[in-house]
Amino acid sequence: MNIQVNGEWREVRAADLAAALAELGFADAVVATAVNGEFVPAASRASAALLEGDRLEVLAPMQGG
Amino acid sequence: MLTLYDVPVRSRLLLGTARYPSPAVLTDAVRASGAEVVTVSLRREAAGERAGQAFWSIVRELGVRVLPNTAGCHTVKEAVTTAHMAREVFGTRWLKLEVIGEEDTLQPDVFGLVEAARILCAEDFEVFPYTTEDLTVAERLCAAGCRVLMPWGSPIGSGRGLNNLFGLQALRARFADVPLVIDAGIGVPSHAAQALELGFDAVLINTAVSQAADPARMAAAFAQAVAAGREAFLAGPMEPRDMAVPSTPVVGSALLR
Repeated sequence: MNIQVNGEWREVRAADLAAALAELGFADAVVATAVNGEFVPAASRASAALLEGDRLEVLAPMQGG
Repeated sequence: MLTLYDVPVRSRLLLGTARYPSPAVLTDAVRASGAEVVTVSLRREAAGERAGQAFWSIVRELGVRVLPNTAGCHTVKEAVTTAHMAREVFGTRWLKLEVIGEEDTLQPDVFGLVEAARILCAEDFEVFPYTTEDLTVAERLCAAGCRVLMPWGSPIGSGRGLNNLFGLQALRARFADVPLVIDAGIGVPSHAAQALELGFDAVLINTAVSQAADPARMAAAFAQAVAAGREAFLAGPMEPRDMAVPSTPVVGSALLR
């Protein structure tokens, strides 16, 4: 299915968020996730089903003021 | 010693980590500043680049406490969601809450700020709200549960120093027991010294250090200014006057005309 990952359309086979992150190369990365604007805690990723057209945000530490 | 949410902090200089020419320069500047608290943020991560992972390992090596911000958030919903994500990634309840209301000045949306502060304090966050010098807003933020306030000196990145001296002094006087950190607008060390001389508890600096020709050297200069300003405050500065007062005693002056 196709989902948006950080604003870009990507095709993924995974059906849940944890598997999608692994598939997208974020398996061991320190990131926080949100689906369709709602925060999904790390502990809930495996039970968070993804649907066609979902908007996934994968955020990581960055410089800030 | 300064205490921020029950955490004693020796350095009254808090440093931002953005806009340095390189990670090495950032590391040098943080060390030179003596800062124990640095601000950080969250941005989209590209799986290939992993810029965020690299940055995070640099910050961890520095051994400083992080204060995550909600920079770039314009709504309560965005700020609250960002706060949740930051708490998980950085493993801290501290949060520099920014809800931006106006694009040219990056002035806080104080209505959204109070609302977001209320939500996040109730969820056990320790909120450092980026606010203006407005007394009523400060009152509402404290009522919402904030135990630190971060009033702006002047707009973010403007380097104009303390723009509304009277308003800031009124805020200091009104909230004598609340740690007040001047956040934003400090351009040179003398601005920082002035803030501490007026009794503000600390300053948060970013652009003035990161955009200096020699950031580490400027960071050290800020550290000295902050220390001098604090000492001056504790020493009790004289009151300004409108007329001259001779400093040399006039009694016993010779008549030589």
